[in-house]
Amino acid sequence: MAGLAASFGSGAMTNTIAEIENTDVILVTGSNTTEGHPIIGRRIKRAVERRNAKLIVIDPRKIELVKFAHIWLRPLPGTEVAWINGMIHVILNEGLWAKDYVAKRTEGFEELCEAVASYTPERVEAISGIPAQELTRAARLYAEAPKAMILYAMGITQHSSGTDNVKALANLAMLCGKVGIEGGGLNPLRGQNNVQGACDMGALPNTLPGYQKVTDENVLASFQQAWGTGVRLSNRVGMASTDMTKAILQGTLRGLYIMGENPVMSDANASEARKAFEDIEFLVVQDIFLSETAQLADVVLPAASFAEKDGTFTNTERRVQRVRKAIEPPGQARADWEILADLAQRLAMRLQVNMPAAAGTGQSFGSWSYHDAEAIFNEAARLAPAYAGISYERLEQGGIQWPCPSKYHPGTPILHSQRFARGLGKFFGLEWNPPAEMPDEEYPFYLSTGRIRYHYHTGTMTRRSKGLNRIAPEGRIEINPQDAQPLGIVTGERVRVISRRGSVEARVRLTERSAPGMVFGTFHFSETPINQLTNDALDPVAKIPELKVCAVRVEKIKRAELAALQPAIAEMGVDAC
Amino acid sequence: MVTLRTKELRRIHLTLDGKPVLARSGQTILDVARENDVYIPTLCYSDKLRPLGTCRMCLVEIEGTAMPVTSCTTPVSEGMVVHTDTANLDNLRRENLKLILTRHPYNCPSCDINGACELQDLVYRYDISHQDMHAYQIKPADFGETPWATPLITYHPRRCILCGRCVSACTEIAEVGVLAYKGRGSDTIIASTEPNEFGRECISCGECLASCPVDALVEANGQPKGKAWETKKVKTICTYCGTGCELILNVSGNKVTHVSPSRGGVNQGALCAKGRFGYDFINHKDRLRSPMIRRDGYWEEVNWDVALDYVADKFAAIKQREGADALAGLSSARCTNEENYLFQKLFRGVLGTNNVDHCARL
Ligand code: SF4
Ligand code: SF4
Ligand code: SF4
Ligand code: FES
Repeated sequence: MAGLAASFGSGAMTNTIAEIENTDVILVTGSNTTEGHPIIGRRIKRAVERRNAKLIVIDPRKIELVKFAHIWLRPLPGTEVAWINGMIHVILNEGLWAKDYVAKRTEGFEELCEAVASYTPERVEAISGIPAQELTRAARLYAEAPKAMILYAMGITQHSSGTDNVKALANLAMLCGKVGIEGGGLNPLRGQNNVQGACDMGALPNTLPGYQKVTDENVLASFQQAWGTGVRLSNRVGMASTDMTKAILQGTLRGLYIMGENPVMSDANASEARKAFEDIEFLVVQDIFLSETAQLADVVLPAASFAEKDGTFTNTERRVQRVRKAIEPPGQARADWEILADLAQRLAMRLQVNMPAAAGTGQSFGSWSYHDAEAIFNEAARLAPAYAGISYERLEQGGIQWPCPSKYHPGTPILHSQRFARGLGKFFGLEWNPPAEMPDEEYPFYLSTGRIRYHYHTGTMTRRSKGLNRIAPEGRIEINPQDAQPLGIVTGERVRVISRRGSVEARVRLTERSAPGMVFGTFHFSETPINQLTNDALDPVAKIPELKVCAVRVEKIKRAELAALQPAIAEMGVDAC
Repeated sequence: MVTLRTKELRRIHLTLDGKPVLARSGQTILDVARENDVYIPTLCYSDKLRPLGTCRMCLVEIEGTAMPVTSCTTPVSEGMVVHTDTANLDNLRRENLKLILTRHPYNCPSCDINGACELQDLVYRYDISHQDMHAYQIKPADFGETPWATPLITYHPRRCILCGRCVSACTEIAEVGVLAYKGRGSDTIIASTEPNEFGRECISCGECLASCPVDALVEANGQPKGKAWETKKVKTICTYCGTGCELILNVSGNKVTHVSPSRGGVNQGALCAKGRFGYDFINHKDRLRSPMIRRDGYWEEVNWDVALDYVADKFAAIKQREGADALAGLSSARCTNEENYLFQKLFRGVLGTNNVDHCARL
């Protein structure tokens, strides 16, 4: 979310989910909302069908929402900055921008004008394949609407230019005065249930809880005092998850503790990640299942599931909500927070770290003897200003959207309504750069990855749900019928998809959903580890790997080979068809 | 409450069972009765849906009107005099209920929602026995296996009272609309319309199942739901995507047996397939139950003391040997705020490194 933070000063959804039903135009890009966030997808359908909102979908894939769209643009993958600049070009050219708003609330306008000057609709058509007229129509519809909301997800951020893509969208939204108003804003849809909360709480290499920078000595001093452990807090920005693999392979990272994640499956260039985790000196994995990553660990610690513990999650619209314990964890499994507190005490003993006796006075939080999750929440809320006014007691009445700075503050549904978190909103002049890897003769197809409605992330949970697994038992590669024909492929056949980094085998589905020249796969299935193919070229700022675009070639698996494969397929419990 | 029309709000005076009451224009007789704690039996009515008017259990009499009307679909009007509780109505409702029952099997004890069934409640209230039913000499129509729009749900036409709630839920709540009545007379069933890739397609959200007043729609996982009176309900937040839908875990023993919708939350009570059906990983046999240490390539189950001392020894040794930055932690976007907070506090405040991240980027 580095792009949003740079433009606005805060990297979160600016508006609320409910406002989707109270706006005039919805622009969805890089989000297959009805699959990735079905309940938000439902809101979009309601807005279109019951409230006459206009929907613009900009996506290379013919996703379900296209059925509801008034305008559907189908750009080539990796051309986001180009078509967004193109829309801005049209809006400037036709004088459709919010002049007052731009003058009062933003800076960097000249830089923007300069940067987009060459992005005429015709040039954008040549780059992205979007017909000039269509782009112009979409730009007008968005700019002229009194209220318009942009929703985006991983299809925008999972590129080597992800940060630029987000900044470009921010340019567009600010130029039209659509940020800080009801039914407007720029809204990233977070994939996992508590991504927002994990960031808020400082599970990031550069920020402490509440996005306070680790490089700020005053911040460090106050945390140092609050925690009272006597350990000097480091002012060096830490390592991002995407750098860890390399650090392990280079021998600089020796011990890794993974809580509830499965990077062997989810990492771009997963084969390298696997090798790293096999190599590392000491690996601890704390999870609810023996995931692909846990199988490589030295120590595995059994954790409680969400149904077995108390706590809070913060959803994609910054709403802090209560998670309640319903049952006891199985066997010896314990809540993650109990394990961490216990381990901290044992580490403190060995490292001669102070553990001031139970707080009580409220000044020092060094003690790790937490009575319950609420005690931890109260401590975190004291240190993260946006959470300061939130308590479990208040959450009983329903979720609260941060910032909520004090006890009687109602929470903040719309960000940046008077001023931007950084003061003035900032325009960036951006140039389009082609994706790090483009199709060529040897690897003629774009590969794009994503989710399907019935599974979640690497599938450790949903694959263990009988129903969900039956309805979607395997990962299929989607390919346009036009492309399949010359390769002699029909639906249900097994193919091999090959990139510069690896190959996977899977059955194909022929569908118009995939644009010609593009194949699509999901990363939920361990039998089809699609991320072995993807590119780990990183966005230089956000360190997000380019999961959405890489070049592959597709081969039909020959009959003889297939016969050899048959027993393996049967073993996997997949019926041959 | 789904009102029929909300354009202009006017006050309306009417008499309900002899008492003067105040209502707003657009309300139905049923709405007003419920607001005033007057009981009218209903079966097809759900306050999440627009009134259906199919079951005819909610009949009331209006003075000056020849025939009783269904209160769930009749809007109030000025000066209306309504009777909800007369001998005639009682008789009509009882006969009506018996008619509904001619289709429905009498096997409550073995039914999954025994104790939480709207039909059963009414049968009890109107005290309908086997004798009553024998008088009709009607054998329920025999339906074979009938597929539903999604393989996650099993449909039992024999139990179906054709109230139509599922049909409405699929349109009004799920925003899909693939269900419809099919057939005529006693052969009527609910069936899905033909799917096609870019037409409307069932999304397996289960809104139909959640709205069924009886047990005609059942989760196809074959697991018993547990007895209603032994079930604990815990309101919590879905563990899957970032929408953060509110849902209710139904717990029987130490097992999550079912997910039911809450009334509010960002999802307004609606859920998707993952949220509603994706709970059986919780009690899955593969769950890790004991800490384990790998020794010579084999997993050895150990207790917490052994496991955590081992981890602490190793981490402390690496820190002392190569410095804190040789250690790193990957926290989780699936864990709670409290846990993420503690995780980074552990790495920063105890170990002394900022090498903390989570997989949000992915
Ligand atoms: S599961 Fe959802 S989409 Fe499918 S029939 Fe039921 S309500 Fe409709
Ligand atoms: S399946 Fe249930 S909700 Fe649908 S018509 Fe039959 S009884 Fe009513
Ligand atoms: S119910 Fe579905 S849409 Fe709602 S949070 Fe869960 S996974 Fe997301
Ligand atoms: S409740 Fe009124 S007709 Fe069914």
